[in-house]
Amino acid sequence: MAEKINLTLNIWRKESPEAEGYFEEFKISVTPDASILEMLDELNNDLEAQNKRPIAFESDCREGICGTCGIVVNGHPHGPIPKTATCQLHMRNFKDGETLYLEPFRAKAYKNIKDLVVDRSPLDKIIQAGGFISVNTGNPPDANSIPIPKETALQALDAAECIGCGACVAACKNASAMLFVGAKVSQFALLPQGQPERYERVQAMVNTMDEMGFGSCTNTYACEAECPKGISITNIARMNRDYLKAKISSHSMQY
Amino acid sequence: MVKLDSKVPAGHISEKWEKHKFEMKLVNPANKRKYDIIVVGTGLAGASAAATLAELGYKVKAFSFHDTPRRAHSIAAQGGINAAKNYQNDGDSVYRLFYDTVKGGDFRSREANVYRLAEVSNNIIDQAVAQGVPFAREYGGYLTNRSFGGAQVSRTFYARGETGQQLLLGAYSALSRQIGAGNVQMYTRREMLDLVVVDGHARGIIVRNLLTGEIERYAGQAVILATGGYSNVYFLSTNAMNSNVTAAWRAHKRGALFANPAFTQIHPTAIPAHGGAQSKLVLMSESLRNDGRIWVPKKPGDTRKPNEIPEEERDYYLEVKYPAFGNLVPRDVASRNAKYVCDEGRGVGPTGRAVYLDFADAIKRMGRKAVEEKYGNLFEMYENITGDNPYEVPMMIYPAPHYTMGGLWVDYHLMSTIPGLFVLGEANFSDHGANRLGASALMQGLADGYFVIPYTLGNYLGTERPQKVSTDRPEFAEAEENVKNTIKKLLSIKGKKTVDAIHKELGHVMIDKVGISRTKEGLEEAIKKIRELREEFWNNINIPEDDKTLNQTLERAGRIADFLELGELMARDALNRNESCGGHFREEYQTEEGEALRNDEEYSYVAAWEFKKVGEWELNKEPLTFEYVKPSMRSYK
Repeated sequence: MAEKINLTLNIWRKESPEAEGYFEEFKISVTPDASILEMLDELNNDLEAQNKRPIAFESDCREGICGTCGIVVNGHPHGPIPKTATCQLHMRNFKDGETLYLEPFRAKAYKNIKDLVVDRSPLDKIIQAGGFISVNTGNPPDANSIPIPKETALQALDAAECIGCGACVAACKNASAMLFVGAKVSQFALLPQGQPERYERVQAMVNTMDEMGFGSCTNTYACEAECPKGISITNIARMNRDYLKAKISSHSMQY
Repeated sequence: MVKLDSKVPAGHISEKWEKHKFEMKLVNPANKRKYDIIVVGTGLAGASAAATLAELGYKVKAFSFHDTPRRAHSIAAQGGINAAKNYQNDGDSVYRLFYDTVKGGDFRSREANVYRLAEVSNNIIDQAVAQGVPFAREYGGYLTNRSFGGAQVSRTFYARGETGQQLLLGAYSALSRQIGAGNVQMYTRREMLDLVVVDGHARGIIVRNLLTGEIERYAGQAVILATGGYSNVYFLSTNAMNSNVTAAWRAHKRGALFANPAFTQIHPTAIPAHGGAQSKLVLMSESLRNDGRIWVPKKPGDTRKPNEIPEEERDYYLEVKYPAFGNLVPRDVASRNAKYVCDEGRGVGPTGRAVYLDFADAIKRMGRKAVEEKYGNLFEMYENITGDNPYEVPMMIYPAPHYTMGGLWVDYHLMSTIPGLFVLGEANFSDHGANRLGASALMQGLADGYFVIPYTLGNYLGTERPQKVSTDRPEFAEAEENVKNTIKKLLSIKGKKTVDAIHKELGHVMIDKVGISRTKEGLEEAIKKIRELREEFWNNINIPEDDKTLNQTLERAGRIADFLELGELMARDALNRNESCGGHFREEYQTEEGEALRNDEEYSYVAAWEFKKVGEWELNKEPLTFEYVKPSMRSYK
């Protein structure tokens, strides 16, 4: 088994939504084969055994697909390794003796609930405003009745791979959710099924994003760099084009 | 004893559902809005049900312990979803999908349910495409398929290795639309901790608000559970960290029978645990077995590096034992044999619980580039997790629990033994028998939610015409008291052990004695050990902090308490079933060649367990008859 490495952890602690936050230092020895969340599991086990308050953090699938986890490691949402969710970040990427700072995703729209846990429900509100195709369950036409070019379907899938973790917001200095919204807008804008509501959708989603307190985009590309799924910034451009088109064409004017 | 009536309609199997849809009662559109329907769990089955019922006009309250419905573990399904479209013109049909599923389930499922599943499978694909799910396509723009184990046709629809994610996001978008329209009230970060039964009917739930600790009451005229499976009883499984049996188990303790708990599926190709610090296992696609060769050293305790072990000292045990199928034997056979060689001390890796999956020959035969094209992303994932490069050193794999076929007993209407309580998806027992085929879990979750419950729920409401009940009723007060007392008790133990420590110990017992391979002695021992662990849990765990805030240890403790009861029932069920079938292998019951030996004479039934008190159950049997697919023996020699 690989030899353990020793690390100093400075972890953000906050007892309740109202409490003041602070950093707490921990010294830990961990196998490089563990993921960073497994390291926290172990640390929590030790804390619980001493009847101390464990570190609250969220995770679920631990395979990088559910989007539940999200810790800012040394300033990077999901840590320093590109295209890697926090749960897939393994300790072999760190050196013996290193110091790590672990913080929650910070953004105006995300309330810090406890320690490393934040409330990302504003992202759901944006989807509820228009992130869907309005089709009831029933008898849609046969799935093969509309051929869709392979390339188009793959582009839509590239956009649809967003895991909704919200790291893009935490990475952005304006706490903008444009990459998240752009990805969903693009998925449907690319597909024939998404055309009927295309312009209403983009307006509804963008307006809700603004209402939720997310900032605007100033093209720093930080979101793309930190996205664990590598969602492309071109999705933002596509969204902006559609939004502009919607605004200048009177028939789809909603607001 | 409970009288189990499967309510399977009469008639030829191909006409049952169509005919029954006409026979079932309807609720007229104006009346639908008078009904409050509770949906617990918002994965594939729950989200599709909640969205569809809301579209129909019902008032839906949906509950999830996640921060958003998009997190459910359905999202992690990689491979695909089956449907009998026959787009490939390769001889598929509803009947063939039905046939393969009954056979794959080793003749322990209910024929009529399986047929209906196959029948609605095609609608699921149409629905998903209409929602904008970007399935894989051919250059001509039409949908493409891949093939999967247990079938000789290509009927699996997929979206890269992220089919579960795309289908869940489709259902989530439909649900979000209804939330936005005000037809679904979504309650996130709420965990169901009890079921409220009024005059024998399910009429509400008690939940804990995970952020504030408040205990809340919700009433409805029907309750739908879509709360997933229980593989986490093994501690290490491929299930998500928070997947649990609690909602189903608390309903079980209120009178819903639990069926075939011993039927669990153990997937042969997961990445092995790296040591004691492991919290969860990750699955590798089974397709790797197409080109990788599985082996262990011939000599026990051989600690040489794999590349230093000469060819003649390697045991390619699957190829030797099963010359016809070799490394491509079914999941259960591959899993079982990996366990055997590790039990002999021939396992590899730091823990000795792993076998090699070697691509050296494939690289020689196909060239590195071809291997990269076929498996590149999987190799990358493997290297990311283990730090080993599988192009240079053999991969290591080991079986991991990942799906549970057992679950709450339901009739043809997906209604449990408590009227008004419906159970969908992995949480019920109905469609996969003793073994589930690949790409059938997504199909079942969505079939139940989109296309079955909208009809059968209407029939229940139209027949019973349940009135609204107030949450002030004594039944709600009693259930709330029950929940509060359990929490109080958990917090007052203040012992020495952590909740995880007990869960790990339970997991060891379960995987060792109630896992891949089972014996009478082992199961009896497991029951004894689980009882001891339960005793220790209730006397010696420690939960820091109180119940007035987000307390993840308290959440876990409640779930482990239930696993400690379920684990015993799984062992009892396995002990009762004196045969081997599907994922349930009893060493005493095997053919001379080491194959599973079914006993159709005595065990062709669903074992539905009725809760009496903790550690005490009564067995009820639903006999299974096979009118259309005649039971046969499997052989892979």
